[in-house]
Amino acid sequence: MRRSDAFLTFTVALLGLLGASFADAVRGVGAAQQSLAAKADMVEQLGLTDLVLFTEARYTRHPSQADLHSAFQDHPFAMDHFPSGSLLPPPIWKGRP
Amino acid sequence: MRLWLNKQRNLLDFSLSSLSRRRGKTLGMLAVYTSIVFLLASVMLFSHAIRREAATVLAKSPEVLVQRMVAGRHDLIPARHLDAIKGIRGVQSAEGRLWGYLFDPAAVANYTLMVPTNPRIEPGKVVIGDGVVRARSADPGDLMSFRAHDGSLVQFKVDHTISRDSALVSADLFLVAEEDFRRLFGIAPGLFTDLAVSVRNPREVIKIAEKIDAALPDTRIILRDEILRTYESVFDWREGMLLVLLAGSILAFAIFSWEKASGLSAEERREIGILKAVGWETGDVIRLKMLEGLVVSLSAFLVGYLLAYAHVFHFGAGLFEPVLKGWAVLYPKYKLTPFVDELQVATLFFFTVFPYTIATVVPIWRAAIVDPDTVMR
Repeated sequence: MRRSDAFLTFTVALLGLLGASFADAVRGVGAAQQSLAAKADMVEQLGLTDLVLFTEARYTRHPSQADLHSAFQDHPFAMDHFPSGSLLPPPIWKGRP
Repeated sequence: MRLWLNKQRNLLDFSLSSLSRRRGKTLGMLAVYTSIVFLLASVMLFSHAIRREAATVLAKSPEVLVQRMVAGRHDLIPARHLDAIKGIRGVQSAEGRLWGYLFDPAAVANYTLMVPTNPRIEPGKVVIGDGVVRARSADPGDLMSFRAHDGSLVQFKVDHTISRDSALVSADLFLVAEEDFRRLFGIAPGLFTDLAVSVRNPREVIKIAEKIDAALPDTRIILRDEILRTYESVFDWREGMLLVLLAGSILAFAIFSWEKASGLSAEERREIGILKAVGWETGDVIRLKMLEGLVVSLSAFLVGYLLAYAHVFHFGAGLFEPVLKGWAVLYPKYKLTPFVDELQVATLFFFTVFPYTIATVVPIWRAAIVDPDTVMR
């Protein structure tokens, strides 16, 4: 087998897998619709506001509910204690009064 | 056409032979290139998928939330605020929510306690999320005890558990009855954690928020839109943080590949000289070297992207888990929905494949236009 044939076969196989990954993504999103709807219903039913990503502190568990000072409220001069605080930006508010 | 195709195949044969003569260098380059594409694609796929999932799931979170602030801290809100809010025209309904945190010394973990209004939980019973199930090895029927604010023991019987499918929003939930919640924390009737308000016309949300703010100056208002945008920025920020951490290696790779692609070794110069001497045209030499670049960059992109796809959507993004877990004891076990943005993939393709291929052209062109005799000397 010529080198070029081997390379072209390898590339076509990879392109096939790339196409398959897109097909897998479409299938996965379709299959997850029910579970996404169930999660959204649970959010509506229980009035949930945040994802469970960091459970160690209230401002990392519920970043959308925390105020801008909550990371520094433990004592005066307290710096943000938890490393995950650096992975979370402060909440965003609209320019309301 | 057939002639042209044959010519291209011969060129490809020649460039593959040329690459295999420098096997060590080529494989090293391919490995580094593939890992960079893998890391970039993993960050990109993970951030996009979780951002879309958050937007889909949180689209039904409370429309308006009203918190009471005292001296810069979130405080309990009295039920009389509910009447004031219900009196504002355009408000469809308003209800008090009871929720908070409970530290469990047995699991060394924080739970999110909530009092659901629908379905109501019977006093003495609890519904727990998947993270709590795993942290306490609890099953339906088990008993869990906690010390209340006054030191007395409050016991809960696990009624049922919440499915792992929804762990992303419910892993640390501990759903209890209103009586138990108030007893545990000593919260008097008529006080709530915050108020959830729904508005008749979604276009009036900001106006109603302004009215609530004017009527209740000691409150802070959080809109659903702000929750969604907070999550949008959480994942933008996190993607940015990861990219900043990766920036060093990306930069090192950029310098390495530029050096590799744009600087010609004496051996390569000689090779070009010989090709020109035996009658190759400048265009053919450039095409040959571009093919070499394309073979390396296209293979690296395809392998790197496919590995990243499998890593994020089929192996639970194991490499990012330590970063995402932070100090949390309860971390949700969830499988991301494979939301893939084709435009992002195309952008990644463009920025990883083209620069390397193009970077090979300029030095080759310079070497190829010089007299073969000079190049070979």
